[in-house]
Amino acid sequence: MNWAETKNLQSVSLKEIPNMEFAKLREQIVEMIMKGCRVIQFFGEKINSGVILYVVLADDEQSKLFIASSNFNEGDIFDSITPEFKSFNYFEREFYEQFGIKPQGHPWLKPVRNGIAGVSDSEVQYEFFEMMGEEVHEVGVGPIHAGIIEPGYFRFLCHGEQIHHLEIELGFQHRGVEELFIRNRNNPVYLLKLSESIAGDSVIGHAGNFVRAIESLSETNISRRAMVIRTIALELERIGNHLGDLSALAGDVAYLTGNSAFAALRTKAINTSMSICGSRFGRGMVAIGGVNYDISLELKEKILETINKIEEDVEVAAEVLFSSASVLARFEKTGIISKDIAKEIGMVGPAARASGISIDVRTDHPFGGFSLFPVHKITLKSGDVFARAYIRYIEITQSIRIIKEQLGTLNEGELKKNTSELKPNQLVVSLAEGWRGEIVHTAITDENGLLRKYKIKDPSFNNWLAVALSVKNNGISDFPLCNKSFNLSYCGFDL
Amino acid sequence: MLDLIKLRLRHGKQAIPNIHTAEVLKTFRGFPIVDESKCENNCEKCKSICPTEAIEKNPLRIDLGKCIFCGECEKVCSGGAIKFTNNYRIGSTNREALIISSGKTFEQFEVEAIKAKKEIHKMFGRSLKLRQVSAGGCNGCELELNASTNVNFDMGRFGIDFVASPRHADGIVITGPISSNMAPALKDAYQSVSDPKIVIAVGTCSISGGMFSSSNKINRNFFDEIPIDLFVSGCPPHPLTFIHALLDFLGK
Repeated sequence: MNWAETKNLQSVSLKEIPNMEFAKLREQIVEMIMKGCRVIQFFGEKINSGVILYVVLADDEQSKLFIASSNFNEGDIFDSITPEFKSFNYFEREFYEQFGIKPQGHPWLKPVRNGIAGVSDSEVQYEFFEMMGEEVHEVGVGPIHAGIIEPGYFRFLCHGEQIHHLEIELGFQHRGVEELFIRNRNNPVYLLKLSESIAGDSVIGHAGNFVRAIESLSETNISRRAMVIRTIALELERIGNHLGDLSALAGDVAYLTGNSAFAALRTKAINTSMSICGSRFGRGMVAIGGVNYDISLELKEKILETINKIEEDVEVAAEVLFSSASVLARFEKTGIISKDIAKEIGMVGPAARASGISIDVRTDHPFGGFSLFPVHKITLKSGDVFARAYIRYIEITQSIRIIKEQLGTLNEGELKKNTSELKPNQLVVSLAEGWRGEIVHTAITDENGLLRKYKIKDPSFNNWLAVALSVKNNGISDFPLCNKSFNLSYCGFDL
Repeated sequence: MLDLIKLRLRHGKQAIPNIHTAEVLKTFRGFPIVDESKCENNCEKCKSICPTEAIEKNPLRIDLGKCIFCGECEKVCSGGAIKFTNNYRIGSTNREALIISSGKTFEQFEVEAIKAKKEIHKMFGRSLKLRQVSAGGCNGCELELNASTNVNFDMGRFGIDFVASPRHADGIVITGPISSNMAPALKDAYQSVSDPKIVIAVGTCSISGGMFSSSNKINRNFFDEIPIDLFVSGCPPHPLTFIHALLDFLGK
């Protein structure tokens, strides 16, 4: 096996990446996945003579990444890997949608972003999964949903109140982000701001990933201080979003006390982000080569004070929420994803950890501040709404501990370093644990050191299928609860 | 039970008591003060660094309908010709008023920005129900709109609410640059709202396309036919920006 071996944020020369016949590549993928590797990127790039497919597999135990490629001509077909490993489902569909190269034998070869999105009802010629029988009915929801949330289309096949199957159609938010990355490659400030807008709730997650990729390609070592500030910002983002989710989950089961308490705590958390960088979502915080905003001694004390208060209040609120019989009756044994299924479909993030999968980029492929301060991986077993809610509570307390730890190591250092040109003909994979899970960005440079390809994978890309599977055999009225317990990104998926 | 009481006591009163006097942190980037006399050597650094082409020179002006409030221009300007203040009241019924020229004070902006109309006040002043449509929004604006109804900002106290069905709504709130894939659904939603109705564009993406204005995956034809009644600037706009813009618009 001669795959290029590398690590998170360690760039490799394109020459080192082996290129092989797809049949051979497929054999090796199967072999490596059987050994415990996981697919984290599978994307095509258009080149003069056709399409080149890059596959990146991760070995979490050894913190290693393996990269190989294969060439295709337009109109080619290949043997789908999905029947054996369902984690390739969306990756192969995306590859087919973008380049027309067909994965033969894919069980459900549907569009990823250009299915029913963009056509009005009268024109729709879309093959939805169908179910026949007495008392069987279909419920279509979307793309516009009842609340203030992003658009997506959900089609339920129900028998009475019970959901038998849910089909999720996305793509409504498609804004051509990856294309904009290449078109504006000469404008680093634009690219940074664009990375902040991939998913507006994961600003630090995505922007941090982007700048680390650029810093790796330009061999820039940022100061320890900047690294610490970024780590604090990322954990604040995690706390803010998790608190917001706990609030919404309480609201979904009409438990208004929890809804209000966690919403107020969330405001405190995201206002802490604003006290550093002026934006409640951390916009402007991260810069290429460091950070834009400092944490002064005075601010440090304020942050400590706020997170200590949040820590105390969260404990009280969580105690009340997770001991309320009416809440538990709705949370427990609802929307179960077993460990086997989670592994099979390649789930990531807190949702995977709630099903017992021990996976966390902060520990498995450490980046930034986590290289020096390892994070203890938290897992739960039950894989239900309760587990996905409870793990958020534990992760909030964990993130608070991380912030305190990081604040204690805030040494002197320059905020921002100048970066040099990007190295030519390189590929770098940048991974980070956003609050939703594993964010992967892959950057490839051309012979002039300009970005040639920029590929983004939001954790939602892995987890949307889990939402569909979790609601099977649940009552349709539990759908909002199941959906919120994942709280996936539409625009992060649609790009 | 005791825990519940403890929680309620700790929670206390969260709502901002007087929204009209509410202030946000000094770090917040809101209304900018532009002073061209501080420009040094006509350097154009601010113009070239702006990711959304919100800045024009000769004379120096900044368009809050395009600005994403990243503050990069402020940082590169050695003379201090652009300074963002923490004044968050940057909604406008008038697109032109969002272009801030040199020397314009907030008071001057406020006079031009929102003109409350009698008929709007009469029709929607006591109750305004809105249907929000996210059309390519990154979830930033959506989160802030949600926040405007939470325990802290509590927009419901002014009779302004978000509703699920466009049939129950008096108007629509649009976020995002309008992705081509959402354009038909947005039009459907707009048509489902009964007349008379208002259209509110929230966030830079919605007002001008923002970061995505050059993308070929967006389709802003909707705004060619449908005029916008209220522009709410920001990336994303602060909940207080949104609430104040609405209150001023309704003449409350």
